[in-house]
Amino acid sequence: MTDAPLLEVKDLKVEISTKAGSFFPVNGHNFTVNAGETLGIVGESGSGKSMTAMSLVRLLPKHAAHIRSGSIKLNGRDLLTLSDKEMRRVRGSEIAMILQDPQTSLNPAFTVGDQISEALSLHTTGPRRTLRDRAIDALRKVKVAAPEHRVDAYPSELSGGMRQRVVGAIAISCQPKIIIADEPTTSLDVTVQAQYLKLLRELQEDTGMAILFITHDFGIVANLCHRIVVMYFGRIVESGPVDKIFASPAHPYTEALIAAVPKLHGQQGRLRTIEGLPPSPTEQITGCPFAPRCEHADARCFAELPPTVDADSDGDHAASCWRVVDR
Amino acid sequence: MPLLRFLGLRIASSLFALLIITIIVFLLSHLSGNPVDALLPDDATQEQVDTFIRDWGLDEPLWQQYLTFLKNALQGDFGTSLKWPGQDAMGFVLDRMPATLQLGGLAILISVVIALPLGVAAAVYKGTLIDSGAQTFALLGQSMPNFWLGIILIWVFSVWLGWFPTSGMGTLSHAVLPAIAIAWFQISALARLTRSAMLEVLDAEYIKLARVKGVSETKVVWKHALRNAAVVPLTYFGILAASILTGSVVIETVFSWPGMGWVAIEAIRGRDFPVVQAVIIAYAVIYMLSNLVVDLLYVIIDPRVRHG
Amino acid sequence: MGETTVNPFAKPSLWRRARELPLVPITVLLIVFIIPAFFADFIAPHDPYTPNLRSRLQPPVFFGGTWEFALGTDRLGRDILSRILHGAWYVLAVSMIGIAVGVVVGTTLGLVAGYVRGWFDGLVMRLVDISLALPAMLLALALAAALGASFLSVVIVVGFALWAYFARQVRAEVLLLRNSDFVARSMVAGASHTRILFRHILPNVTNTIVVLATLQVGIAIMLDASLSFLGIGIPRPTPTWGLLVSDGRDFIATDWWISFFPGLAILLTVLSANMLGDWLRDKLDPRQRQI
Repeated sequence: MTDAPLLEVKDLKVEISTKAGSFFPVNGHNFTVNAGETLGIVGESGSGKSMTAMSLVRLLPKHAAHIRSGSIKLNGRDLLTLSDKEMRRVRGSEIAMILQDPQTSLNPAFTVGDQISEALSLHTTGPRRTLRDRAIDALRKVKVAAPEHRVDAYPSELSGGMRQRVVGAIAISCQPKIIIADEPTTSLDVTVQAQYLKLLRELQEDTGMAILFITHDFGIVANLCHRIVVMYFGRIVESGPVDKIFASPAHPYTEALIAAVPKLHGQQGRLRTIEGLPPSPTEQITGCPFAPRCEHADARCFAELPPTVDADSDGDHAASCWRVVDR
Repeated sequence: MPLLRFLGLRIASSLFALLIITIIVFLLSHLSGNPVDALLPDDATQEQVDTFIRDWGLDEPLWQQYLTFLKNALQGDFGTSLKWPGQDAMGFVLDRMPATLQLGGLAILISVVIALPLGVAAAVYKGTLIDSGAQTFALLGQSMPNFWLGIILIWVFSVWLGWFPTSGMGTLSHAVLPAIAIAWFQISALARLTRSAMLEVLDAEYIKLARVKGVSETKVVWKHALRNAAVVPLTYFGILAASILTGSVVIETVFSWPGMGWVAIEAIRGRDFPVVQAVIIAYAVIYMLSNLVVDLLYVIIDPRVRHG
Repeated sequence: MGETTVNPFAKPSLWRRARELPLVPITVLLIVFIIPAFFADFIAPHDPYTPNLRSRLQPPVFFGGTWEFALGTDRLGRDILSRILHGAWYVLAVSMIGIAVGVVVGTTLGLVAGYVRGWFDGLVMRLVDISLALPAMLLALALAAALGASFLSVVIVVGFALWAYFARQVRAEVLLLRNSDFVARSMVAGASHTRILFRHILPNVTNTIVVLATLQVGIAIMLDASLSFLGIGIPRPTPTWGLLVSDGRDFIATDWWISFFPGLAILLTVLSANMLGDWLRDKLDPRQRQI
């Protein structure tokens, strides 16, 4: 699609100030998501993925984190300029979210139907008496069996996979333009995981909505995403189409992540791991943050942060690495 | 159906406790010496004494006496008051019950209306002056003797300012000061509980999801969070009933409020055993019933309990 | 340059630890409660019992009175300050002994119930439930009616009000402890049950008991005060504080100090005891900390 991107994030910085100093868990993000496509955000725990997700809907913990700079444009409208009231209208209707843990994402005191209906009544018009039917519809769309009965269930009566579907139902109920899914399958069993990903794919094909899929699992990424963005220590180190990145990863970190995924076929040998640990959040880093763990690092890598440059001539694959600059 | 079974167990448990109380109460008149002296006025004739001994089985072994006592108690017969001649003991107490219930009810209302928003505000505005103010207030409230508070309230608001009458029962304004005196302690405890429950709930993932859905912060706090947090103070309501009961005995004395508590103290002073027995049993029954109501409410509010 | 290494296991000096104490509640407790309790005979300016009708109903010193009767006098001319100071001992005694009764009964039953399990445990738990279900006031009324109010009856009421909390808490701890390795080792070494209970398990529940007891001090004092206010506590002429408040009740309009200062004494004591209890609990068992 060559029209303007649905979501355009430019130079987004989130700052956390603590007694030990301030640091930036989101440190100058630039990425876009087009309508109908799935963008994956991949990184280890602590890389800042969830912070990114929360900052997109402006729900960072008020006293701790602030968006310092940048812009988040949804259909051309910068969300950071909206008032609280306007932003609330955007949340749930234009941008929806699926959180990680189905055990705790649903309010135990209300039925599943009530929680879906609430989203509907907040963002859609329509007579109140149709709310329940529309909720049942939403449940049907996420392939919940016997939705007419399940709509009156309490979350405690449903399995984990079922609950996550309900969370999905709440998300799609108001026909959002983009869904942010923050590690939605991490807490699910492997078989349930596969079904859930299939569901997301189908929903996307039916509705044309975009998905921003956050995960640490490269295996899922290959399955579901069109393009991906790799995060390390608050920065995007590589971005591009999934096939290209898998075939020829430009950044050593991406390379290592892909190599660490167990493969079904071919020689397995020992599973490769990435030596070392990411830096602690308050550490002051000069140069590339991945340098201490990188096989190819040299003096320049430790001294200066590499710029983001194109890895090939197509213009859709970029990385932040001195090796790529030199090519 | 687990709900009925749960209730059944609770009722059985309450009845058992009530039974224990009847035993204690029964032993009262025996502990202080000859029960005849305790339960009959001094000027009773020999004929009255004999009739009494027969009606209450006082010439029989102790356990049989207890059974007679129990049988009479179930019929509401606790004998005749010594201090208020001619009055049926239990009847006298029951006449005063509405007064105590009114005061207790008003006290509960006041405590909930003040404590819940206070606790919620302290949690939502955690770390600010509102929070520390609420906590200080709570600490003071739990350390202040309620009878002293009652007296101070009379001094300031009745004597000095003249806003309320000093004692007795009559209009609503008679009930305000005593209700506040009883409620004071409960407000502190309830506020503290509400605050910590809210703090825990506000941290939950489903609250995050509600905000993500676009629910306004007001609704997030009062509908989504409070609904789950309210269970905690509710469980305190059982203890609440006890403190209010205890409090009412004292406060009714301070304000000369003619309820069961006032009767109890006067009866003890006048060594009026039939009435003392009657009032203790009456209090115990009220107390058990209120606990059952709390358990019922608990089950209704928290669907998880229903499904085990 | 020589570097001194710091011993991470050294306990902070006594001075350092003393500075951590919550000084305000401790000071208040000492001044209002503990020192008067033991030294009232020496520091009280007047005899608390003898009437002195010439000086009846004197106001306190900053409200038109004199330093001779700093907190004023009551309707019989007795010095309020002296009465408060002398009453401290009785408040202290009755609450401490009451708590002791609760501790001993509750701890013993809790220890044995948790250790032995079986029908005894079931019985104790039922008793605990019933005891917790009954308000202490009911028992107080019953005892006062049956035996007449006395020091003993108040002690019994306080003990009754508190024992179940100890029993329940201690039993829970014992249940956890009895499965631990050091108990198993003692059993293998042939220690008798009593020995295990008292030498091994008991020292580990002491923390819990201390914290709980401190938190109960306020409750005990309040209970005693309420009972003596009602006239079913320690009987006259003992100037226990609740009684002093009751004395001033009819005079509140004109001679407010008679009720005010004794009540203030109760407030300060209970407040400090509660603050101290909270501090102690946070120190000894952060798990139980109320946020």
